[in-house]
Amino acid sequence: MLQSPNTAPAIELRGISKAFGPVQANKDISIRVAKGSIHGIIGENGAGKSTLMSILYGFYRADSGEILVDGRETPIPDSQSAIRAGIGMVFQHFKLVQNFTVLENVILGAEDGGLLRPSLSKARKELARLSRDYGLEVNPDARIEDLSVGYQQRVEILKALYRQADILILDEPTGVLTPAEADHLFRILRGLRDQGKTVILITHKLREIMEITDTVSVMRRGEMVATVTTRDTSPAELAELMVGRKVLLRVDKTPATPGEVVLEVEDLRVTHNGVERLKGVSLTLRRGEILGIAGVAGNGQSELMEVLAGIATATGQVRLLGRDLNLAGHEDGRDRRRAGVGHVPEDRHHLGCIMDFAAWENVAFGYHREDDYRRGPFTDQAALKADTAAKMQRFDVRPPLPDLAIKHFSGGNQQKIIVAREIERNPDLLLIGQPTRGVDIGAIEFIHKQIVALRDQGKAILLVSVELDEVMSLSDRVAVMFDGRIMGTRDAATTNERELGLLMAGVTETA
Amino acid sequence: MDYATLLQILDSTVRLAVPLLLACLAGLWSERAGVFDIGLEGKMLVAAFASGAVAFLTGSAWAGLLAGIGAALVWALLHGLASITFRGNQLISGVALNFLASGITVLVAQTAFQQGGRTPSLSGEARFNELTLPLAETARGVPVIGPLYADVISGHPILTYLAVLAVPLTWWVLYRTRFGLRLRAVGENPAAVDTAGVSVARMRFSAVLITGVLCGIAGAYLATALQAGFGREMTAGRGYIALAALIFAKWRPWGALWATLLFGFFQAIALRPDVVPIPVPALEALPYVLTVLVLAGFVGKAIPPRAGGEPYVKER
Amino acid sequence: MRQIPRWADVVLVPLISLVLAAICATLVILAIGQDPWEAITTMVTGALGSAYGWGYTLYYTTSFIFTGLAVTMAFHAGLFNIGGEGQAQLGGLGIALALLFIPWPHWTVALLAAIIASAASGALWGAIPGWLQAKRGSHIVITTIMFNYIAYALIVWMLVDVLRPAGQAEPATARFGLGIPALSDIPGLNLVFTDAVPANISLFLALIACVGVWALLWRTPLGYEIRAFGKSEPAARYAGIRPVRTVMIAMALSGALAGMMSINNVMGESGRLLQNSSEGAGFIGIAVALMGRNHPFGVVLSALLFGFLYQGGAELGLWTSIPIDLRVVVQGLVILFTGALDHMVRMMLGVFFRPRKVA
Repeated sequence: MLQSPNTAPAIELRGISKAFGPVQANKDISIRVAKGSIHGIIGENGAGKSTLMSILYGFYRADSGEILVDGRETPIPDSQSAIRAGIGMVFQHFKLVQNFTVLENVILGAEDGGLLRPSLSKARKELARLSRDYGLEVNPDARIEDLSVGYQQRVEILKALYRQADILILDEPTGVLTPAEADHLFRILRGLRDQGKTVILITHKLREIMEITDTVSVMRRGEMVATVTTRDTSPAELAELMVGRKVLLRVDKTPATPGEVVLEVEDLRVTHNGVERLKGVSLTLRRGEILGIAGVAGNGQSELMEVLAGIATATGQVRLLGRDLNLAGHEDGRDRRRAGVGHVPEDRHHLGCIMDFAAWENVAFGYHREDDYRRGPFTDQAALKADTAAKMQRFDVRPPLPDLAIKHFSGGNQQKIIVAREIERNPDLLLIGQPTRGVDIGAIEFIHKQIVALRDQGKAILLVSVELDEVMSLSDRVAVMFDGRIMGTRDAATTNERELGLLMAGVTETA
Repeated sequence: MDYATLLQILDSTVRLAVPLLLACLAGLWSERAGVFDIGLEGKMLVAAFASGAVAFLTGSAWAGLLAGIGAALVWALLHGLASITFRGNQLISGVALNFLASGITVLVAQTAFQQGGRTPSLSGEARFNELTLPLAETARGVPVIGPLYADVISGHPILTYLAVLAVPLTWWVLYRTRFGLRLRAVGENPAAVDTAGVSVARMRFSAVLITGVLCGIAGAYLATALQAGFGREMTAGRGYIALAALIFAKWRPWGALWATLLFGFFQAIALRPDVVPIPVPALEALPYVLTVLVLAGFVGKAIPPRAGGEPYVKER
Repeated sequence: MRQIPRWADVVLVPLISLVLAAICATLVILAIGQDPWEAITTMVTGALGSAYGWGYTLYYTTSFIFTGLAVTMAFHAGLFNIGGEGQAQLGGLGIALALLFIPWPHWTVALLAAIIASAASGALWGAIPGWLQAKRGSHIVITTIMFNYIAYALIVWMLVDVLRPAGQAEPATARFGLGIPALSDIPGLNLVFTDAVPANISLFLALIACVGVWALLWRTPLGYEIRAFGKSEPAARYAGIRPVRTVMIAMALSGALAGMMSINNVMGESGRLLQNSSEGAGFIGIAVALMGRNHPFGVVLSALLFGFLYQGGAELGLWTSIPIDLRVVVQGLVILFTGALDHMVRMMLGVFFRPRKVA
């Protein structure tokens, strides 16, 4: 061997390309990851980071290119080969069996022999050792469905370590964590690095890259655009590399001039499958203001939105423009729309549209029984298509084809169609969740401007986002949710990330 | 109703429960691995035909059993091909294979034997005959338990005892072996198995083939033990009742035993209108009505395997 | 997987599935030692070679249009209705009750009553499983299968213990007082159909139902709701579409369509209610709908094809030594290829279509 094993990178990728049908996810990517380092890979949603790492883990096969592990060319046709090569992966969506115990999940696929009992007792001892060495405590007999996401993530890390991984890939690991949990994760990762493991961290959050990585590679539209040493770069430089131009992270807006109260929520409670998801939420929202709800995903924001939108039932009181809303399920999404509530849902693929339907059919979605879309007992397709074409023009949707199925539009254009549908009905209250998830930068700016413009017309807007930056820059007031409660409400102009971060972790100043 | 009548009903309960139990366990294997199979009916039917025909031709019930298993395996492979390899609709595949079974069995039976779609009657070694368990006659004298042992427990063909043994065996493999762990995982979250480096398709095919074997035994029982030969549509909806029993059993092996005994009991009393004064059609409809009630959750709530019915596609 | 153009998906996929099914059927015929060429000529001559043959082919076609539409309607709501058989038989029961006990003045009025009675009873037999699915979470496939058996038992009881005329051994009702005109009774058409044929004016009813189903699904807000619900229940809920209501309406409509099939066979052909009146047409609806790509106009074409298959298959049973059950085999094969192996067919087709660059 020519290279000494000490200087060879832990991982080297040479000229990796991968296409999914007509979409080129990775284009001729080369990268070296030094042994015993934390290497960040940053890029926007859809830049090809996850695809690249899935190739490295053998989950997908590259169309071309080669993989070197410790300087040796190592073909990785499947996950089994990746595991043998010492590569472990923590996916963004955990690959755990919900009704299995931690122990069962850890040994799955790495059992010793045909009978379970010896494997389980060996894993129990090994897990105790790993917990001690890396600060990864978790009850081996707990069922996954009973664990919090933070603990579930630890199980994923333990799974990789149990398989003796020397290289650990983590895909967007902090998306579901509180700032405190993320800090704990970072401590674990540093510990792993200090013991000689190599960590590859995929994220789209600049702050994390700056905080924890030694080296960072930037991806844009399937290509690797740069690899730099973290301490020699700045967030601004990385952002520019990610997007390809200067980014305006701030939203231009004038101070709010709140008017009459539009929405009053009092002691809202939601119980789902015996678990209380909302534990007495109260809030007030006035005309001409944007109230942002910050918080880690899964702390009750979705339930709050769904109750207000008429999709879920609850107890408590909600008054819209002084009228009590029925929360027991007698009113549905259609009644809410007629009462003046627009709703851009958090998960647009799952809720906001029918992917197989044409754009014009999706413009009718939720408003399909309204008089302007009807002619007698029939749907007025001509009127609907004309309206769709007009909306597409106003919102710069590309391509402007009302007959095209919405699944063929990009994420940003899908979101524009949905936002246009909800905003142009002139709602008194707009519920908008994750307005820019999976949306490209250009569309983000456009959608933010539309939201602010709606506020300036004197409408009330309730914004839910897990992107703290977005909540802080767009809102006039910020309420933080944790564990089904509102921990506090702050003026967006005067609060800061640290203060909100503490609230997001459930810490109040007095406690 | 006197004790003797009760024993008679219990005896026929066992007879009628055996094919249900085997089919129910068959469905359990498949569905635990995430493959819905409403084609149990068709698999049993082809197996019944193949075993009836081969048992007649060879004069050996065991040869018939092997042929039945072989035929059911072909059907299982077709279902695997459609629902695992080509990621087709598992329900539609099951329906299609049921029709295919219903047509082909009669077509071939009619061509081969010219008896209106039946196979010739079996007798002697071509059938699985009843076994008398040790001490059955001696024990008969013991009050209450004696006749129960002699008439209900003893006196069944070997396939009956095999079917009952299949229950603890299924339990042990599912919960105590690596194969069982992976199989259950594939029915709950195939992505977890895939990322652990285990082939989802291979696990699912194994499960589907086990389903085939069990359906094969069930079909052979119908043609060579319960009755003496194959008859047109002789499964008579047992595959569907077994599915209902599976739901009733909450996808658990021991539950399957109790559920199929219960359903077998309903079928047994439907055969005795002299005991229960209800019109025969009402008795015949009883298992189906109860199944509907079970399905509607009026009798217990069942959570199916999470990945059931979904073809596995690597997500992007 | 490669994308194939839409026209190929709509036209070529069913055609190739059909060819594959035909090849398999040919192999089956060869395997039982018969002559496939003799089989196909017998079928074509028997089903399409004479006005009389057409009279039967169209009779079967009528039934299959109704049951195919029933499966189509449920399918668009994301429901797989295997209960067409029971719903059709209940429709027959409804017709029997409407025609046996009320002396209708004219066949037109009786037809109207029969439409209402058959649709209502079929709808009931569809809506109950619909309710159980929407409200209680029972799987519609299993429930509708169970309802087929329950319907069968119910009708046996009605025919044996309730509706059977005194002194009659056969479990059947008395003959109805009024029937509907067969095609051979209609002036003009009787020049073509010179012999009495079972095909009757309910064929036109079936065609009207086709247009009705198409207009409902693609031109009305209700149809929009059904299709949206069928694609995604959570999204439909978001849009204010009520799940229980939508499922029940779709299943009631589906059951009504299946039930109306009985106008053709119970009122039109046999003139009384017999056991197992639908003779498997409810199940054939599954094959018809799949073959017709779940579109009402596709359903007409594939119902015609299955009408040919059924009449031709009956002729096989009469004139050759190929058993009539070949029909069931072909039916199974068509369902298998069009409904479960459709991805395989698409993959085969994908070879011939180069992927289009979109990015």
